[in-house]
Amino acid sequence: MSAILSVRNVSMQFGALMANKDVSFDVEPGTVVGLIGPNGAGKTTLFNCVAGFYKPSAGSILFHGEDITGMPSYRVARKGLARTFQVVRPLKEMTVLENIMVGAYMSHGDTKRALAFAEECMRTCFLEEWRDKPSGDMTIGNKKRLEIARALATGPKMLLLDEAVAGLTSTEVKEMVDVIKRLKATGLTILMVEHIMEAIMPIADKIVVLAHGEKIAEGIPGDVVRNNEVITAYLGKKYAEGMAKGHGSRS
Amino acid sequence: MNPTGFFRRFGWPVLLVILAALPIVGIVGEGFLSHVLILVLLNAAMAQAWNIIGGYGGQVSFGHSVFFGIGAYGAAYAVCVSETTPWPGVLIGALLAALVAILVSYPCFKLKGHYFAIATFAIVEIFNRLFMIWDWVGGAVGLDYTILEDGWKNFTWSVDKRGYYYGILIIFALVFSLVRWISRSRAGYYLRAIREGQETAESLGVNSTGMKLAAMALSAFLAALCGAFYAQYNFRVDPPMVMSLDMSMKFVLVTILGGIGTFRGPLLGAIVLVPLQEYSRAYLSRLGSGVDLIIFGLIIVLMMEFQPGGIMGIIQHYSDSKKRTSRRRGVTEASS
Repeated sequence: MSAILSVRNVSMQFGALMANKDVSFDVEPGTVVGLIGPNGAGKTTLFNCVAGFYKPSAGSILFHGEDITGMPSYRVARKGLARTFQVVRPLKEMTVLENIMVGAYMSHGDTKRALAFAEECMRTCFLEEWRDKPSGDMTIGNKKRLEIARALATGPKMLLLDEAVAGLTSTEVKEMVDVIKRLKATGLTILMVEHIMEAIMPIADKIVVLAHGEKIAEGIPGDVVRNNEVITAYLGKKYAEGMAKGHGSRS
Repeated sequence: MNPTGFFRRFGWPVLLVILAALPIVGIVGEGFLSHVLILVLLNAAMAQAWNIIGGYGGQVSFGHSVFFGIGAYGAAYAVCVSETTPWPGVLIGALLAALVAILVSYPCFKLKGHYFAIATFAIVEIFNRLFMIWDWVGGAVGLDYTILEDGWKNFTWSVDKRGYYYGILIIFALVFSLVRWISRSRAGYYLRAIREGQETAESLGVNSTGMKLAAMALSAFLAALCGAFYAQYNFRVDPPMVMSLDMSMKFVLVTILGGIGTFRGPLLGAIVLVPLQEYSRAYLSRLGSGVDLIIFGLIIVLMMEFQPGGIMGIIQHYSDSKKRTSRRRGVTEASS
């Protein structure tokens, strides 16, 4: 088996609401996979199933061939699958370095080595100047990079990013994209949920598109943006039909 | 090395040496001052034990008088019923307290924030009633000590308080040293992470339930040691004296006044609160009982209003503003 992560026929139901319906896809080692879709498509729900925050109603999730479906989140983290949160969650009363230390203690038991590794992760995410500041006092852009630094400090085999660029200014988006590119260059596998297509297209090797809880497309970014179903999901039926006619008349 | 750095490194051992020397220079012996000093150390140790789970771990428990009481009953039972030395009772009581803490906390930890605190209130009531009607441990009458020979074997001294002083100093040193070590280790980081965000902590590989249970068990074990000391010091134990909301409140309030989740806070809280309580009780008692509690309550209200960080919060505030001025000075020196 070559996939590092396999999502197999996952469904997630909250009461009468089907948030995810029979979703399957694979993530190959060393690649960046983007999970996109319009608002309410079920991206975050699926993400939470993978990260062990929800137990899916049906289907399974395999990490390195091992079934991790419904495993508590701290054990998923210990398997090497680290996540960030869409709504940032700094450990407010702790400094930036202390935040990262919590993660570093998972990969390095000894305090000295944990500290050294935490400092390294802090630099990777451009947070040096905030080292001893309370993490609650930072801007949203810094907090988002702190999310990544902390997850990175756990020494993961794969990183799950939940809307890492949502709500950032254009400068902050650029910084964040730089960080993610750095991580990709180190060979880390990344699954990123994103609402904004522009942010994900230049980084992702593969895109999975969700709409109404179902997978409607999967492929390389260039193909996916031309997919009719994807355009319909994002821009509505009329626009898509217009696009199709436009294409038809030209060919 | 600047003074802050010196205190950080050597302040704690130096303080212990000074405290150990007090009886030698004659400050501790007989009399009221010795009694007050013993109670300061006892309350500091109790508050610090509570601080492990309540301060660092952020799980505000009003149930600690249960563990304190089990420790007290352990020692008293060994002396009064089994008629041995208190020591086996101390150990069994502390272990039982840790066990009870785990059994009781496991369901309560499913609750968060205020709901956890409320659940622990109920537990005090349950144990209070249980011990009130339980004849095996003396029921509502409690257990009264007979006259014992002075010395470490019985952990009893009738006039001279130096034995008790050293006894509580050992417990104090044990609790504070443990917390100092924990707060700088992985467990300390994990507990604070749980306090600041349990789901976040879990996403970073922290088994929050296991961590909280371990912290609660240790906290209860240490609280029980304090309880055993309390029974030995008062020569008796009964349910309202040790297993009551009043007693639980002491754990919480001393810590909050000093500075919750800080190493020095519990000691500072006890230094301020205990003498105030003991002296007001001694000198203002003609105004009716409970004057000490009125003063106690007033201080807490004022503190919460103006500095929720407690005495440590005030210290932090001043040292921060001092640091800021010195940093500014440093910049001007560098640029000139």
